[in-house]
Order: sequence, then C-alpha cells, then structure tokens
Amino acid sequence: MIKVQSEDFNLQVEYDLLRQQSSVGAVVTFSGLVRDCNLGKKVSGLTLEHYPGMTEKSLTEIVEQAKQRWNILACRVIHRVGKLALQDQIVFVGVAALHRREAFACCEFIMDYLKTQAPFWKKECNEQGESYWVDARETDAQALGKWRDNEAAHKK
Amino acid sequence: MIKVLFFAKLRDQLGISELQLDSKNNPDVASLLNNLQQRGGGWAGALADNKLMVAVNQTISTGNPSLQDGDEVAFFPPVTGG
Repeated sequence: MIKVQSEDFNLQVEYDLLRQQSSVGAVVTFSGLVRDCNLGKKVSGLTLEHYPGMTEKSLTEIVEQAKQRWNILACRVIHRVGKLALQDQIVFVGVAALHRREAFACCEFIMDYLKTQAPFWKKECNEQGESYWVDARETDAQALGKWRDNEAAHKK
Repeated sequence: MIKVLFFAKLRDQLGISELQLDSKNNPDVASLLNNLQQRGGGWAGALADNKLMVAVNQTISTGNPSLQDGDEVAFFPPVTGG
C-alpha cells in the first residue's frame, strides 16, 4: 500500500493494518518528522513538492524491489506533501514479516531508496520568512550505495 | 511533441514548469538538454549542473535514451524527500 497525501497519518491505524495476518511475527515502522534545525540553521517549517504520478510509481517500484529481496508479509508507505509544520509527520514506512531481521532490513532499504530515488523536494522556511530548497546529502547517496554493493556481491 | 517538465529549485531558476517541444529536433535526451541550454538567459547555467536527475516517462533515466512523440521528460535536482 502506497499513499502520497497532504493529510496526516495515524501510527496506530497503520500498525494495526500491518499485523492482520496471524503469521506476522515482527513489525518494524519508521516515521520521519519535521525537525527544528537542519545543518545548524533554525527551521520553522517546510513545504514538500513532488512529481505527481512519478512519486507513486517510484515508491511502488522501491517496494517491489524490497519484496524481491525479503520475504515480507505486508508493507505500507505514506509520504506527505504540501506545507508541514515543526514536529509534523512527513513519512511512514511499515513492514511486517515473520522475523525481525527481514523487517528491519526491508524498512531501512525502503527508506534509503526513497531518500535518493523518489521525486520529492523539501523547501525549508525560517522565522525570518526566508525559504530555500534543501540540498541533497552525500550520506543519503552513500546509504544507497551500501545496498547496491550488497546486490553486486550477491550476484557474484 | 515531447512534454518537458522541471521541478523544485530548477523550475524556480528557469521560471517555467512545463514546455512542449518538437520530437524531430530532440531525438534523444542529450540533444534535448543541449537545445534547452541554447535558450539563452539562465538556461545554460541552470542546466549545467551534472547532479541534475532526468526521468523519461516517470522513470529515472541514465545514459541517453531516444525520445519520441508523446514522451514525458522531467529534469530535476537530486531528490530530498523522506
């Protein structure tokens, strides 16, 4: 299940939807929030832009890739767009599996791919009324590289 | 025609979010990019960033795929969601 929406989401609702099968032994959830500081600068909120159509498509592809790597029982991804305030929820990834290892790994994989492949862009604003586009981080690209190296190693 | 889209900081720099271009003059992504850079003003500078990402028909593209009528090509800065 993939959703791109401006509305907020409810962790308990998402969690309950992930544990509906009796075979589920582990649920891992991640949520990303708007924080008040980025790279040493005070932030008062942000706006998330996206590429309608491609965002859903790329998230679907990311989840499909994850399903090929791990045997997961359910997966839910929600990404919000539009204007968000401090402490608002931005993104949710939840994975249900038989055991914790695949649930942890799969959740991290989806987030690492989402951060570098899904067409969303953050524009931060501050209390002075200025707004500016956030630059991509090298550490996010490195996190993705880790999975790609793994894949290359598997194929050898 | 080819639908060309720009997003986020790049769209702000160019001052436009969408263009329709003739497919005959833009047979592939590299020639399309080159034609866009020739438009003058800030286009060459804004499109010179080698970190720009390209999506063809809503799939991230590397290399230089050929283009045809009805294709949708998007140029955008590295993504920063999540």
